[in-house]
Amino acid sequence: MSGARAAVEVRDLVVVRGGRAVLDGITLSVAAGTVTGLLGPSGAGKTTLMRAVVGVQRVRSGAVAVLGRPAGSVELRSRIGYQTQGSAVYGDLSVGENLRYFAAVAGAGGRRIAELVESLRIRDLTDHVVDHRSGGQRARVSLAVALVGGPEVLVLDEPTVGLDPLLRRDMWHLFHGLAADGRTLLVSTHVMDEARRCTDLLLLQDGRLLAAGPPQEIAGSAHADAVEDAFIRLVEAQERVAVGR
Amino acid sequence: MSRPASLRITYATARRVAAQLRRDPSTVALLVVVPPLLVTLVRFLFHETVFDRLGAALLGVVPFIVMFAVTAVAMLRERTTGTLERLMVTPAGRLDILGGYAVTFGLVALVQSAVLVAVASGLLGLRLTGGIGLLLAVAVLDGLLGMALGLFLSTFARTEFQVGQLMPAFVLPQLLLSGLFGPREAMAAPLRLVSDVLPLTYAVDLGQHITGHAGLTGTVIRDATILTAAVTLALLLAAFSLRRRTA
Repeated sequence: MSGARAAVEVRDLVVVRGGRAVLDGITLSVAAGTVTGLLGPSGAGKTTLMRAVVGVQRVRSGAVAVLGRPAGSVELRSRIGYQTQGSAVYGDLSVGENLRYFAAVAGAGGRRIAELVESLRIRDLTDHVVDHRSGGQRARVSLAVALVGGPEVLVLDEPTVGLDPLLRRDMWHLFHGLAADGRTLLVSTHVMDEARRCTDLLLLQDGRLLAAGPPQEIAGSAHADAVEDAFIRLVEAQERVAVGR
Repeated sequence: MSRPASLRITYATARRVAAQLRRDPSTVALLVVVPPLLVTLVRFLFHETVFDRLGAALLGVVPFIVMFAVTAVAMLRERTTGTLERLMVTPAGRLDILGGYAVTFGLVALVQSAVLVAVASGLLGLRLTGGIGLLLAVAVLDGLLGMALGLFLSTFARTEFQVGQLMPAFVLPQLLLSGLFGPREAMAAPLRLVSDVLPLTYAVDLGQHITGHAGLTGTVIRDATILTAAVTLALLLAAFSLRRRTA
């Protein structure tokens, strides 16, 4: 990651919730034009970190910069796209109504919507009410909403949950296409097969950064053949340290 | 944020809230059909002369309660479904979002009051000195007050169940102290003081006043000014209670 221009820079970030440090002094950077995967056991602080990057998380201390500006600045709001873990769209509205609303808010035109429904394969759903659709379809509508303003930085919290393998593959093609356009994607995932597809990985555990780098490097450093083994080894090694303390 | 973008987002939000209402027939029924039914019930519970005396004040209180309940839940849903958090990452300003809600529910208050006044005076024969025009204005103002307080108070609820709890905890005391159930002059001094600072008091006072007086009297202007100020203040508080950063 070093050398490349950073789209996201986090320094000594501490987030405390309910008296517990959810993020305990995190320092990391996300290189521009990459698909960076955010991995870690549930409760590791992935969602909190993503919320800090998009500027909706109250933080105790530390700094988060996106495209060189403090996270949450007004100037960033048209340059960042965010997909939350739940679908976070209007379930009582149709797919088209949702997209038209968020496009209007972002100042995007109808052409943009037409492109998105095509590439996310939801064109046939535009007149359907979101609540009546499957989880995978809702996830794609949610992704479309995150993309509708044509953001330079995309923060996607488990965007492929509930998708079948074919759709999942298509989504990852889309992500890499966006990165090839110079956009930066920070994607959290639980699926190790997806971790393999990332340019870089950030491995988070108990609010700390356990490892960072390209998937092969992380696997190599943990003397593992695959990212999944590396993930398990690193997390278990950390747990042993924690028990020993 | 530049003005045109702000207006565009307010307009888009108003349309979106309206689209959500269109897809929710039971809420539309609660807003437009239930108030006239309630007033009809009151008409037949009492003698005609009682209805003439209470009617105008009642026509203000009913839109207040209904608008409060609907808008509090609407804004709560925006928060609990995550869409508000999502909007906070976009160029949408807090006032743009609140403005969108105010425009749509303001129009709803107008339609609601028009139906209510038409039923009360046309079908139920409500007689008042102040006239239909003034009665409509009072009902709309009270609906707007319910809307503004609903949007604001929803900040203090985390679930729809808690919005339900706001009804006895927040709406009922205002109703009891408003002077609808007995003259404010007869209240004990401390209660009278509390009554003085509750906005619904002025809504009821306005309704009672136009029952016996015609024209834009000093009381009408004073009460209407206080109510307008309360609506504006509650809407501003509602906007600023939409937190961009949360724990």
